Amino acid sequence: MTETIVTPERPLVVEEGDVKPGFIGQSVPRKEDKRLVQGEGVFFDDMKRHEMGFVHFVRSPYAHARIGSVDVSKALELDGVYGTLTGDEVAILTDPFFELSTPPGAHIKDYALAVGRVRHVGDPVAAVVARTRELARDAAELVEVDYEPLPLVLDGEEALKDKVVLHEDAGSNTVWSGVFDWGDFDAALAEADHVVRIDRLHFDRFSSTPLECAGCLVEYNRGTGQWTIHGNHQMPGVGAIWMAPALRVGIDKLRFVSQDIGGGFGNKITLHPQFTVCCLLARKLNRPVQWTEWRTDQHTANTHGNERTFLDVTVPVKADGTMLGFSVRAIDDCGAFPRYEPLGCIIWAQVTPGCYRWRSMRVDFTQVCTNKSPVAPNRGYSRMQHLWLTERIVDIVAGELGLDPIEVRKRNYVKHEEFPYETPNGCIYDSGDYARCLDIALELIGYDSLEERRRDAEARGKLFGIGIGSTLDSGTNNFGQSMILNPELQFSGNNEVATVKLDIFGEVVVTLGTVPQGQGHETTTAQVVAEILGCTPDDVNVRAGHDSYWNSTAGFSGTYASQFAVTGLGAVKGATEKLAGEMKQLAAAVFGCSPDDIELAESHARIKGNPEAALPFMALGAILNANNAGLPPELDITLNVRHVYRPPFEKPDLERKYGNLTLTYATQIHACALEVDPDTGVYEIVDYAAVDDCGKRIHPQIVEGQVHGATAQALGAATHEIFTYDEEGNLLTPNFYDYHVPHALDMPPMKNGYIESESPFTALGAKGMGEGGGAGIHAVCAALQNALGRRGEGPIVWRSCNPYQSVWELMQNPGETRKLVSVESR
Amino acid sequence: MDPVSRKTITVDVNGEGFEREVDARRLLIHFIRDDLDLTGSHIGCDTGNCGACSVLVDGVLVKSCMMLAIQADGARIETVEGLAQDGELNALQQSFSDHHALQCGYCTPGMLMSATALLRQNGSPSDEEIRRGIQGNICRCTGYVNIVEAIRAASE
Repeated sequence: MTETIVTPERPLVVEEGDVKPGFIGQSVPRKEDKRLVQGEGVFFDDMKRHEMGFVHFVRSPYAHARIGSVDVSKALELDGVYGTLTGDEVAILTDPFFELSTPPGAHIKDYALAVGRVRHVGDPVAAVVARTRELARDAAELVEVDYEPLPLVLDGEEALKDKVVLHEDAGSNTVWSGVFDWGDFDAALAEADHVVRIDRLHFDRFSSTPLECAGCLVEYNRGTGQWTIHGNHQMPGVGAIWMAPALRVGIDKLRFVSQDIGGGFGNKITLHPQFTVCCLLARKLNRPVQWTEWRTDQHTANTHGNERTFLDVTVPVKADGTMLGFSVRAIDDCGAFPRYEPLGCIIWAQVTPGCYRWRSMRVDFTQVCTNKSPVAPNRGYSRMQHLWLTERIVDIVAGELGLDPIEVRKRNYVKHEEFPYETPNGCIYDSGDYARCLDIALELIGYDSLEERRRDAEARGKLFGIGIGSTLDSGTNNFGQSMILNPELQFSGNNEVATVKLDIFGEVVVTLGTVPQGQGHETTTAQVVAEILGCTPDDVNVRAGHDSYWNSTAGFSGTYASQFAVTGLGAVKGATEKLAGEMKQLAAAVFGCSPDDIELAESHARIKGNPEAALPFMALGAILNANNAGLPPELDITLNVRHVYRPPFEKPDLERKYGNLTLTYATQIHACALEVDPDTGVYEIVDYAAVDDCGKRIHPQIVEGQVHGATAQALGAATHEIFTYDEEGNLLTPNFYDYHVPHALDMPPMKNGYIESESPFTALGAKGMGEGGGAGIHAVCAALQNALGRRGEGPIVWRSCNPYQSVWELMQNPGETRKLVSVESR
Repeated sequence: MDPVSRKTITVDVNGEGFEREVDARRLLIHFIRDDLDLTGSHIGCDTGNCGACSVLVDGVLVKSCMMLAIQADGARIETVEGLAQDGELNALQQSFSDHHALQCGYCTPGMLMSATALLRQNGSPSDEEIRRGIQGNICRCTGYVNIVEAIRAASE
C-alpha cells in the first residue's frame, strides 16, 4: 500500500510562488505513455540503415597485461566481415581524451581502444564489424591478441603504494588528491566531551544497471565530414567536448540524436570511448555501423559507481549529543580510467555536513586507479557515498554513546528556521524541514508500536531493527566546482535551453536541450507551457528526445544531476514567457490596442474584458508565418523564441575551496524496519517509509515514481547488488544471474509521504529530485546495526552492501568489527 | 549429413502470417526485432533474466531470447504490438498509463505480456500473485509499486 501524507501540520512553504491554479501540480496523463505502452517508442537499437554493419568489441581477458600484437587477419577472411579497428589505428587517428585532473591524473592517456596495455578485464583492444550480430561475434573470436600478463592491483589502498602502476605516463596510481579544511576542526576536538573514532568504513561498488544497455547507430557523411550518432548518451554536450578534439574535428561535426532511452542513471554519461570507435569505423568502412552493448559487457567494462573507503573517521561530540563535525581520510577507487573523474573528488562537497549543523570538517581526499572497470556518475553520484558516511557517523556515535538515533538526528539537523542555510564550505541549502520529514517517516512506519513489534519478532526468534536514512539530493550543479580540483579548467555555472514556437496552424512546438530517459520531460514541459499560454497540455507538442542540431542545446545540455525541474523547466518557462509576450504584441497590432490589454486564455489572444475580440492561436500563427503583409514594420517578433536558463552562480573561492556548488537541495528521510534470522543472517524488510521534499511538485505522480525507483535501487545496493572481483581481476557478478537486482517479490511494502518546501531560488519553486535514493542504503545499514546488537556489544556495520552471508559473518565474530570503533571520553 | 544451418519458417505474429528463411542459430527475439521489424519487444540481458523480450508463443509466456526462431516454426506469436486495437489502448495498457507504471518504457512491453499471460490465467490475482506473475521481468525505474497497482486495477 502506498500512503501519502498530503497536508503538513504547519506551513512549510518558504516562499509562495506566483503560480496560479492550473496544470502545474497536477498529475496529468503522460504524453510519452501512448507510444511506449504500444511498443512504439524508438530506442537506438530499433533503428536500421541500409547495409549497416554490426560492431563487436574484442575484450581483454586479463586485468592487466601488455599487448604484444593484435592480428585481425583471420577475422577479415570470414565472409561477411566488413572490417576491423585496432588500438594501434586509434593511436594514429585520434588524440587521447581530454583529462580533467591536475597531475598526476592529467598525464593519463585514455584512448577509445587499449593502446599497448590493457588495464581491466573487458578493456576493448579491437573492434570488428560484420553483416550480422552473430557474425561479428564469431569474427571477434578469430582476432588473435598476444598478451603479456602484468601484476595487478585491485584494492584502492594498495594501489596508493604504487607497487603496480597502471598508467606509466602518470607515474602513479593517484589521480587527484587534496585536503579540504573548513571551520576549525582542532578547536572542535578540544571542545568535545567525547571523541568517537571509526577506523574504517567502506562504500561498495554497484551500479544502477539501466535495463537498456549502451549503444549507437553511427552514420558518416563523407561530403560534409559529419557524423550522426543515434545513441543513448545522456549528456551529449559533454560527450562532444570529449569526442570532437579526440577525433580532431569541430564540435558541430558530431550530431547526437536520441528519442527514447531505456534508463540512464548516470551510467550513460561516459560513452565517449565506444562512440568514438563507432565514428572511426563508420568513416573507415564508409557504411553505417551499429553497436549494442551486451549485458555482460556493461557489467564488466562500462561504468560502475564509485567505490570509496573512509579511514580514521574522528568525530568530536558534546555531552548532550551535539556533534561538531568530523575528519576523515577518503580513498576513492575510480577503476582503470578517470573517465568523468576526478569530478567525484569535489561533488561530495555539495553536501559536506549532510543534513547536519556541523561546522568543522577536515577531509583528506585521494582518488586512485585500480585494475577494475572505470566508474561513472551513478545515480546519487559521489554525494551518496559521502552521505552514507555522515549517516554511519550518526548511528555509530549514537550507538557508542547510548544516545537515541532519532533524538541525535533532531538535535543535529539543520533547523527549519535556519533556511536558507550556509554550510561551512559556502553551499546554500535553500529550504527544508528535516525534523518534520523524520516525524512523518516515523508516523508512517508506526514508530510508537515498535517496541511491541520488537518483542513480537524476538518471540519468533528474530532480531528486530529500525534505522533512519537522511539524505539531500543536491541538484543543478555549479560547474565552477571543477575549478576547485583544477584551476585551469574553464567550466563554471550551468545552462539549459528550450525553444518554443507558434507554428502556422497554431501548434505550440517545444524543443528541449535535455535528454530524457523516462523522467517525463514532454509531459511536465507541456504543463508549464500550457499554464503560461492559456491552453491545455494536449495543445502543446513537445518534440520527443534530443537532437543536438536543434537550436536548443548548450554546453551543459543533458539529463543528469537532478536538475530538469530547475534548469529544463526554467528554460521552458523563460522561452514561453517570451513567446507569450510576442503573441500579445501581434494581437495588439491586429486589434490596434496595447499589448497590456491582451490576455492569453482558452487558446486565444483576446482583449481583456472583451472576450468577443479574440484571435485563436491558429490565426496568430497564420498571420505571422504566412499572411504578414501590412503588419507594422516595427513589430519585431518571430513567434519562435529561444531561452537559455542560467542559474545565479558565482565562481567558487579556489583558495578556500568555498562557494555555492548547487542551487537546490531536496530532502529524503527514509525509515526501515527489518527482522534478521540470527542463525542464517537472512533478513527481511518488514516496513519501509520514504518521505520526500523536493519543493513544488510539478507532477506529483512522476515525483512519487522517482521516489519508488530510487528507493528500489538503494535497497538493491544495500542488500544484494555488488561488483566483486576474484584475485585475478575477474568480475564475479557480470550479468543479472550473479548480480541480483530487485525483482517484484524482493520489494518490501513501501509507504510514501511528502512535504513541499518551495525553493526560493528557482523559477517554479521546484527542486531536482531524481537521485535521492541513497537514503535506503543508509536506512538498511542503520537498521541492521540496530538489530545486531545493543550498545557496546553488537558488530559494526561498516560496509554499504550487506548480503545475508555478510550479516551472518558479522554476527559470528562481533569483536572483529567492534575493534574498528573507539570512544575517548573526557 | 551436414547439420541444418538455415531453415524456412512460418509464423503468425499478431494475426499476420510471415514466411522467412533464418539461420538455425537465430534467436526468436532477433527474428522478431531485426527480421520482422517488430521492435516493441526489447533486449535487456544476455542471460534470460530480465524479461524485456517476453512474448506469448501459442499462448504460453516465453522469454524470446531463450528460444530459437526455428523452434517457433508454425507457432502463433503475440507481442506488445498486438495489444492495442485500431490505435485504442487495451485496459491493461491504459491502466499502466493511468497508474504511472512506466518511466523509461523499456521493460514495459515485456511487463505487459507477462501481465497479459497472468490475467488470462487468473482474472483476479492477489498482490502476491501479481508479483509472482511479473517476477521474471526486471524494471529498474519504478520499484514495481505502480506496476502492481496497474495490474490490480486492470483486473478489477
